[in-house]
Amino acid sequence: MSQTSLPVLPPPRTPVQPKPLFRIDSRYIAPAFITCILLAGHLSFGILESYQKTLLAIVTSIAFELVLGRIFFHKWLHPASAYITGISVGILVRSPAFWPYALCSAISITSKYVLRVKGRHLWNPSNFGISLMLLLAPETVASLSIQWGNFLWPMLIIWALGSVIIWRLRRFHITGIYVVSFVAFAFLRSWMTGSPWQSEIAPITGPMYQLFIFFMITDPKTTVRSKRGQCLVVFLVALLEMVLRLRQVVYAPFYALFIVGPFAMLLEIWLDSRRPHPAKQTVAQ
Amino acid sequence: MTGNRIARVLVGLLFIALLATPLAIKRMSAGRDADRAKIDAKTALARHGFYLEEISHAAGINFVHRSPQLDSKLDPIMPEVASMGASVSIVDFDRDGWPDIYVTNSAIGSKNALYRNMHDGTFRDVGGELGVADVNQAGTGVSTGAVWGDFDNDGYEDLFLIKWGRPELFHNDRGHGFTRVTEQAGLPSWINANTAIWFDYDGDGLLDLFVGGYYSEDIDLWHLTTTRIMPDSFEYAKNGGRKYLFHNLGNGKFEDVSAKVGIESRRWALAAAAADLRGSGHPDLFVSNDYGVSELYFNDGKRFHEVGQQTGVGFAPKSGMNAAFGDILNQGRYAVYVSNISEDGILIQGNNLWVPKEGTAGDTIKYQNLARDFGVELGGWSFGAQFGDFNNDGTLDLYLTNGYISLDRNRSYWYDFSRVAGGNSTIIGDAKNWPAFEGRSLSGYQNKRVWLNDGAGKFVDVAQSVGATDRYDGRAVALVDLWNRGVLDVVVANQNGPLLLYKNTVAPENQWIEFELEGTASNRSAIGAQVILFWNGQQQVQEVSGGSGFAAQNDRRLHFGLGRKPHIEKAIIRWPSGKVQTIDQPAAGQLHKIKEAA
Repeated sequence: MSQTSLPVLPPPRTPVQPKPLFRIDSRYIAPAFITCILLAGHLSFGILESYQKTLLAIVTSIAFELVLGRIFFHKWLHPASAYITGISVGILVRSPAFWPYALCSAISITSKYVLRVKGRHLWNPSNFGISLMLLLAPETVASLSIQWGNFLWPMLIIWALGSVIIWRLRRFHITGIYVVSFVAFAFLRSWMTGSPWQSEIAPITGPMYQLFIFFMITDPKTTVRSKRGQCLVVFLVALLEMVLRLRQVVYAPFYALFIVGPFAMLLEIWLDSRRPHPAKQTVAQ
Repeated sequence: MTGNRIARVLVGLLFIALLATPLAIKRMSAGRDADRAKIDAKTALARHGFYLEEISHAAGINFVHRSPQLDSKLDPIMPEVASMGASVSIVDFDRDGWPDIYVTNSAIGSKNALYRNMHDGTFRDVGGELGVADVNQAGTGVSTGAVWGDFDNDGYEDLFLIKWGRPELFHNDRGHGFTRVTEQAGLPSWINANTAIWFDYDGDGLLDLFVGGYYSEDIDLWHLTTTRIMPDSFEYAKNGGRKYLFHNLGNGKFEDVSAKVGIESRRWALAAAAADLRGSGHPDLFVSNDYGVSELYFNDGKRFHEVGQQTGVGFAPKSGMNAAFGDILNQGRYAVYVSNISEDGILIQGNNLWVPKEGTAGDTIKYQNLARDFGVELGGWSFGAQFGDFNNDGTLDLYLTNGYISLDRNRSYWYDFSRVAGGNSTIIGDAKNWPAFEGRSLSGYQNKRVWLNDGAGKFVDVAQSVGATDRYDGRAVALVDLWNRGVLDVVVANQNGPLLLYKNTVAPENQWIEFELEGTASNRSAIGAQVILFWNGQQQVQEVSGGSGFAAQNDRRLHFGLGRKPHIEKAIIRWPSGKVQTIDQPAAGQLHKIKEAA
């Protein structure tokens, strides 16, 4: 998940449209959705062992965003995206200690500002932070896997809500391609390894994947721009994930996105640099 | 260089520092671990006040537990489904004043053992000749635990055998043999249980029996009609075995009153323990459940009320495998220790140390999990644990055994386990969906923990220093002063492994006192009786237990360490009958045999 995990809706192009009775600022859609998931998960299953840890992740994330935004862009950035990063860290990081929540948020946000090429950051921030925490501090950090129970209805609710929102934001194709690819590769793995196909399908029925497919892989800031390219990239993520799963890597989806995502971004940046531009683009945040 | 550029360089350096932080923390932690490296016994005695020496062979004990071989439909995951059954319980079955040891075996045809204490440092297995060994016959299931209690108040401890199969009750015939009285007692024909405890829930002077089911009782694990026997969720499962509370009618018969008194859970119970947590005079019941939250039942003497969420212990679901009580801060209040699973980078549940919150007591008591603050949170795939004062310094320490399945050291099942465990209930609930084990380990070969209590809220692991160096798949831990020396020895039952006897040697300057209680109006085993010892301006409460930890029962005698130069003011005994008895200035260095005053 990212600070910009769900794309922002473009403003209406025709000023003559009737004014809706109620309009929500599009920047709040993603935070609202993920907050609903968090609350539903916690109130029904108690996914958070303490509110304090999640709060710590959110506060750290927003604090880093504000300070670094001030340093790099000389203005106070809207905290919505940092809020999503923080809450994502709060949900996905599982640790008995407090420090990993703060550290993961700090790494996630800082990576956006430090690891940039031509004004674009390469990694989905929370994917970067969580992947590194899992690699560097496995004795203290794990990721959400089983804490949401194993029942169908919460998953269906998240799927339904997530699909509607993702569809409205015109990124359902990313989620759809990934899910189809995952299922196809699951059957392929089952055929290759002899494992029951149910065990290969099982991960995508768990909570970690609901967050992964709706928030992380759809992040517009760290996905390529063309629709065809997005489909190809997400297919490659699923492909690399299959390879990692054959190597029995528990957090294969995180690592697959961690590897494929920046490669795709760099390729697109390189291709962009070879095309003539009508006007020099301003540096994006 | 402009100010902006300097700021960007500094942010870059900050980023590097952030990335280096986990490595720095790991390095610091490794430094601390190095301080706990193996040292010789003399140094351990000087540094920690005690050391342990594994002496099972020298003591004549060569018992090796064997796991059951269940229905062949479970073959692919047999190591997992047959991963429990090793247990140990302490009893002085012949009332000779020397504790004996009973251990269970779990393969069809294997024998349990009753080790009689020969008073000379050795033990002799008399289970066969006394009729409590050949209890794992085909068609009757296998043993998973045992608890002792004098259900007919004749002065001799009787045996309840916990099984995946037909539970058994044996009457102790004055220490000369045992008579099977299962049918007369009216017990069910089949329960797949891992835990049971004796306690007198209604205070009528007769021991009652709680049995916590694990697999559903309608499953014969040797003749399966379906492979849908697994939990339907890894942390929210409610398709386990039912719970039984057998009320002792006093004529050798028991009546199942579980529904009548409000115990109707179908969670997957792995451990239970009872103690008067509120000072109500009635023993409350704590049940640690696998695949779910723990349950705490307040007992009003007639009915039980589940208050897990209300008290705070029943909200975050984990893999509860232990229930042990200990007054770790010498405040006259019990903390509860529940063991769970922690595996680096995959699943870090952390164990729970439920400590009563300041300012809460009685019916409004609340608990907070202070395992991390106290340093007893991470213990691998933890199983049995018990509180006891190993160095007689006056504070309760904690012994934890662990390790789930130790097979191939180089290949792990964790990947397969984690992907199925997180899957939908229709997948996780069916054994045929689980990938084959194929000889892999799952949290095997783990270091045990012996946490020393500094009395001020910190425990330090000294297991390697003091000699608890085995890496078997530990299940049950029982504490007992095996040779009446005023120290707590440790007996550990391992799955598919040997029974271990850790003989304790304690620095002589630290004093001790022990109590052996016998009820008259209360049940004769005195299970549920509390001793509150006051010395040197502090107090510690302990309670005679009818089973605690995981598949274990400590010695009924209560052992208190006192530290150096103790001044003992008094010992107050609260009997299950409600009577209170005060012993003024009991002498240190002695076992005090106290009979309930008429």
